[in-house]
Amino acid sequence: MASTANTFRNQPDERGHFGDYGGRYVAETLMPLVLDLEREYRKAQADPEFQREFDDLLEHYVGRPSPLYHAERLTEALGGAQVWFKRDELNHTGAHKINNCIGQILLAIRMGKTRIIAETGAGQHGVATATVCARFGLPCVIYMGAEDVRRQSPNVFRMKLLGAEIVPVTSGRGTLKDAMNEGLRDWVANVEDTFYIIGTAAGPHPYPEMVRDFQSIIGKEARAQMLDRIGRLPDLAVACIGGGSNALGLFHPFLDDREVKLLGVEAAGHGLDGDEHAASLLGGFPGVLHGNKTYLLQDEDGQITEGHSISAGLDYPGIGPEHAWLKDTGRVEYTAVTDEEALEAFQLLCRTEGIIPALEPSHAIAAVAKRAKEMPKDSVILANLCGRGDKDIFTVAERLGVEM
Amino acid sequence: MTRLSNAFSKSHPALVCFVTAGDGDTAANLDALVEGGADVIELGMPFTDPMADGPAIQAANIRSLNAGTTTADVLRIARKFRDRHPDVPLVLMGYANPMIRRGPDWFANAAKEAGVDGVICVDIPPEEDDALGPQLRDAGIAPIRLATPTTDAKRLPQVLEGSSGFLYYVAVAGITGMQQAAIESIEANVSRIKQSTDIPVAVGFGVRTPEQAAEIAEVADGVVVGSALVELVGEHGADAPAKLRELTAGLAKAVHSAAKGAA
Repeated sequence: MASTANTFRNQPDERGHFGDYGGRYVAETLMPLVLDLEREYRKAQADPEFQREFDDLLEHYVGRPSPLYHAERLTEALGGAQVWFKRDELNHTGAHKINNCIGQILLAIRMGKTRIIAETGAGQHGVATATVCARFGLPCVIYMGAEDVRRQSPNVFRMKLLGAEIVPVTSGRGTLKDAMNEGLRDWVANVEDTFYIIGTAAGPHPYPEMVRDFQSIIGKEARAQMLDRIGRLPDLAVACIGGGSNALGLFHPFLDDREVKLLGVEAAGHGLDGDEHAASLLGGFPGVLHGNKTYLLQDEDGQITEGHSISAGLDYPGIGPEHAWLKDTGRVEYTAVTDEEALEAFQLLCRTEGIIPALEPSHAIAAVAKRAKEMPKDSVILANLCGRGDKDIFTVAERLGVEM
Repeated sequence: MTRLSNAFSKSHPALVCFVTAGDGDTAANLDALVEGGADVIELGMPFTDPMADGPAIQAANIRSLNAGTTTADVLRIARKFRDRHPDVPLVLMGYANPMIRRGPDWFANAAKEAGVDGVICVDIPPEEDDALGPQLRDAGIAPIRLATPTTDAKRLPQVLEGSSGFLYYVAVAGITGMQQAAIESIEANVSRIKQSTDIPVAVGFGVRTPEQAAEIAEVADGVVVGSALVELVGEHGADAPAKLRELTAGLAKAVHSAAKGAA
């Protein structure tokens, strides 16, 4: 009993609740579908063949395990803790998103679904979804805010090359949350044949648990690699948070290693004192959106407000419910990093390590830079480099005043 | 007898009419629905993210929020309606987040004080009833649940448990205001539901014309019309009440002349 009570790894409960958070706040039309999805996911979890197929695709198609890399020049430049990176930006499609998409499309195929839908913000999850749909020959519809379609044209073209249909979403304010609303509207109208591949560890149960499980490969590998390379676990593990899937993927296997401190990094945008940020945990309040109860950016009447971040992958007004629970329990510490700090960290990594990171993990790197300086040289920080920065060079150029 | 049970105990099926609060002159719009012959009023609480709604009601939500409508405004509209129409049942319809923002007890009590008879919360299924259901029941407000074409026989008892006022049967798997369901499917589903409950069953989603409403009224206890009315508000703004009265009168005539219990 004591071990059960003392674990952070036994969430959610059978109703999909992480403490007070999570759950299944969906319209009745979708309720039988999410119950069915849960049943099928439980069966798949118990089926060694499903796991074998997942592992095989991760190894030979995605390119796992991703390397664990000791960033010596960055460590030297910071002058404190040893910094190690989990290189998930080296995955096929250039980000961690593909791990989850492989798992979900295998589940979709098991369930006999013949049509895939997804939402995307910056386009990374859309590209990963379009990729697995091409790989398995399933038609794919991607909902993307009209404003994001305009800003992220390279990813839009990638998705089209992969055979996906892109639907620009003009309802609401035409952003990621509106794309998710539109995804849910599609699903509710196509209940028989359609599988909705949600891109982050949010949405109605079992999505938060399922996405976390598929992404936990990141932390499982990193934990084993750390023990193998330096014979110990890190003192601190760091990841950026939009919806929170890469962070949960990294953190979950470490949750019961109490000696490992965990730090989630939200996007502070122009600063937490104004409205121009995307820090749901540090600047939001608990509420219900997109099928789950969690921290949300919202006004006093419960109207959802728009997040802002230089990184399109972080400006979602909610966050996965397990993070909400981990925040309240105190197991994970959460902090936030501004656009400006992320941009500096982006350039620092380019120049010290020859790695162009995405703007999302640039937030994690900025937090690493602050903490490393305060830690002794024999301490170890592990950070997840969850995406590569090719997609962001236009945004960065614009912010640096460079004509391209 | 409650206002809601009275509305469903008349000699004819009930017409349930929906408009969004804060969209246009809501008081005048609501009065027009009553004058036209609506038996039950559904007042939509605007939300930034109306996931179950089609383009017409989405647009109404945006118009209302852009006009600065707050939760206090919605409750004020309800209270004034109650003062003008002491006997017409009023139901709030909306999404969980604005309802629970200040706590479920606060909302249930505020709704009660405003004279609200029932609440339809689209994204609180029976599984999450704890989030608002007990507080509504304690305040004497009917939690009105939705059943859909995907609600199978095994699940139906769970949907009915703890719900009251009426059951809202969503005729199509989809969003509001889009396609219309085949009458055969509606008839089969409503009669299946009625074998399990004494709660009246009202049918909505995709009902736009008096002809459709008449057909459904033959097989159900009530007919819900929303998007078609909301579109008139969007189109005619300050002149909407006359248009609403006209459409509602046509719908009421069709629904009220249907033979009750013909199913």
